Amino acid sequence: MLEINNLHVSIEEDGTEILKGLNLKIGAGEVHAIMGPNGSGKSTLASVLAGKDGYEITEGSVSFDGMDLLELDADVRAREGLFLAFQYPIELPGVSMSNFLKQAVSSVREHRGLDPLSAGDLLKMMKEKAALVHLDPSLKTRAVNEGFSGGEKKRNEIYQLAMLDPKLAILDETDSGLDIDALRIVADGVNTLRSPDRSFLVITHYQRLLDYIVPDFVHVLVGGKIVMTGGKELALELEEKGYDWIKGDASLAV
Amino acid sequence: MSDNSTELLHKVADSEYKYGFYTDIESDKAKIGLNEETVRFISAKKNEPEWLLEWRLKAYNHFVSLMESEKTPEWAHLTIPKIDLQGISYYSAPKQRPEYESLNEVDPELLNTFKRLGIPVQEQERLVGIVVDVVMDSVSVTTTFNAELDKNGIIFCSFGEAVQKHPDLVKKYLGRVVPYTDNYYAALNSAVFSDGSFCYIPKGVRCPVELSTYFRINESGTGQFERTLIIADEGSYVSYLEGCTAPQRDENQLHAAVVEILAMDDAEVKYSTIQNWYPGNAEGVGGIFNFVTKRGICEGDRSKISWTQLETGSSITWKYPSCILKGDHSVGEFYSVAFTKGRQQADTGTKMIHLGKNTSSTIISKGISAGNSQNAYRGLVRVNRNAENARNFSQCDSMLLGDRCGAHTYPYLEISNPSAKVEHEATTSKVGEDQIFYCKQRGISEIDAIKLIVNGFCKEILAQLPMEFAVEARNLLAIELEGSVG
Repeated sequence: MLEINNLHVSIEEDGTEILKGLNLKIGAGEVHAIMGPNGSGKSTLASVLAGKDGYEITEGSVSFDGMDLLELDADVRAREGLFLAFQYPIELPGVSMSNFLKQAVSSVREHRGLDPLSAGDLLKMMKEKAALVHLDPSLKTRAVNEGFSGGEKKRNEIYQLAMLDPKLAILDETDSGLDIDALRIVADGVNTLRSPDRSFLVITHYQRLLDYIVPDFVHVLVGGKIVMTGGKELALELEEKGYDWIKGDASLAV
Repeated sequence: MSDNSTELLHKVADSEYKYGFYTDIESDKAKIGLNEETVRFISAKKNEPEWLLEWRLKAYNHFVSLMESEKTPEWAHLTIPKIDLQGISYYSAPKQRPEYESLNEVDPELLNTFKRLGIPVQEQERLVGIVVDVVMDSVSVTTTFNAELDKNGIIFCSFGEAVQKHPDLVKKYLGRVVPYTDNYYAALNSAVFSDGSFCYIPKGVRCPVELSTYFRINESGTGQFERTLIIADEGSYVSYLEGCTAPQRDENQLHAAVVEILAMDDAEVKYSTIQNWYPGNAEGVGGIFNFVTKRGICEGDRSKISWTQLETGSSITWKYPSCILKGDHSVGEFYSVAFTKGRQQADTGTKMIHLGKNTSSTIISKGISAGNSQNAYRGLVRVNRNAENARNFSQCDSMLLGDRCGAHTYPYLEISNPSAKVEHEATTSKVGEDQIFYCKQRGISEIDAIKLIVNGFCKEILAQLPMEFAVEARNLLAIELEGSVG
């Protein structure tokens, strides 16, 4: 599904290198978690995969479903089935959720060669998917993320994930700022959406989320590289010991 | 803003005018130049009564005195090249001018023009029964649905026709709200106006259809000086729509219109404009100079005048649709979207003059600037000494597309009564790279993202427009934004 080889990424503005030779392989239907201390490059990885401007890829390659991902524009990546749940969802004043989703769903469907949805079918789908994350159906008349509570914003990301039916969903610190109830709702939504042809890349700072979204693999990202990979029990070990022992190892390895 | 976005925004800003066709209809033009003879020529052409000619001549003399003392308005945030008033023709009428019984008799070229404008009269007729009065160059070509209006005693006709058929009304109200001494361009208009629209809604009548006028400057080397007069008698209601376009030309054409509205006790007038005059090309060559004086007076108690405008065209726009709130409990509203791109300049806003007691006004202005354009909001809220309990709410938001354009806000407050409550809010934002990326991450293309964001920004104004007009407005905004991508 996704294969990242020796990825080196710098910030365009000042040339600071953030990712320093990252390798990662995600198979269809797998759930991978990336954990790591602040500043290790987790969010940069998410942004680069989604095609955000402002980064320079100096070395390496990323293939997504057989395509050279880095060659594709951000909107094409999304239509091809790469979804990013934002750590800080963006507000679009005056743009209603229903209008926004209509545009997004129709762009995506057209690209995938699917017939456009009728207004009625779209509404039905919106209602159905909103229920997955316990969002009030009246939300469709509200402007995108405007005046949403922190929890609503995060649930709204998972709602959009469900609407756009991606092959790979990247969750960028979706757990940050959520209380335990909201966390459960988000995790339940994600678990419902797990399927043999949908992969997840769950980026998180804390192990807590992984109690609910149980990953197949856990990777530790330190200093722009994956320095350790294990099963779900690695998350627990990290929770207990912190990142310092790995940092120590990593610096020795360099 | 990233390079990609900036590049796209520049493309958008440089997109070409899509209404730049010229209709080949023979026209009957006045001799070039402005003098007393021109005024007499126009008046004679229009077969006007003596009093109107006199009024025009007074206006002309006043204009000459302003011109000699070079009293052009200089306070706007505009760079206005010197306009050669002797170099234009002040009257241009399509030559074939029979009275039309039905649209079938109208010159097919003209009907074709409407089609290309996307406002085919036939369509409009079929749709909701909008009555359209089309003013091409300077004279009114066709009005429809007159029978329906007659039944209600509503008068809706060209200004010229009103002068012939309803001289008392015209004489009573002409220049009442905008006297010819008001300003430079109003004086010019009063001297040489060639046609326009006239509308009278009798007491207690709610106009059953939306009245609509389309203006179009067709002939080269002409100016358009139309005059609109709307009188809403006690307890009446009317919604009036105005659309404007002009073909593409390398020279600048002058449009100096005057609109006067009077609302008596309990009357309500809603006036909506979509202005899409030719803005000139990307380098700023050509385009319409749009110097318009629009003002309404809430003469009666509990009367209401509401201005809604979408301004996307003209190389220079100088326009301040205003309300004089004279009646007690009267209400004035101004809702505006001004979009500028290329080298366009717009200085637009409103004046709310509170005279009566318990009057209230609302101003919501949205300016969107792209390319190398300059977009200014200028608004005055004045509360006179005797205007007890006046209320005003003003909100002025500006959005910048790209980094070479300018947005300016000039609010003026003159409050002479301590019971007044006046609120002003202003914001300036850039279409954020983050917003565009968020949309793109959901599969939405960059241009669609910009359209969504701009439409969202203007939403509350577009919502004020009558339904069919709102659709047209959204389409127009989309075309303006599309550029070479679309």
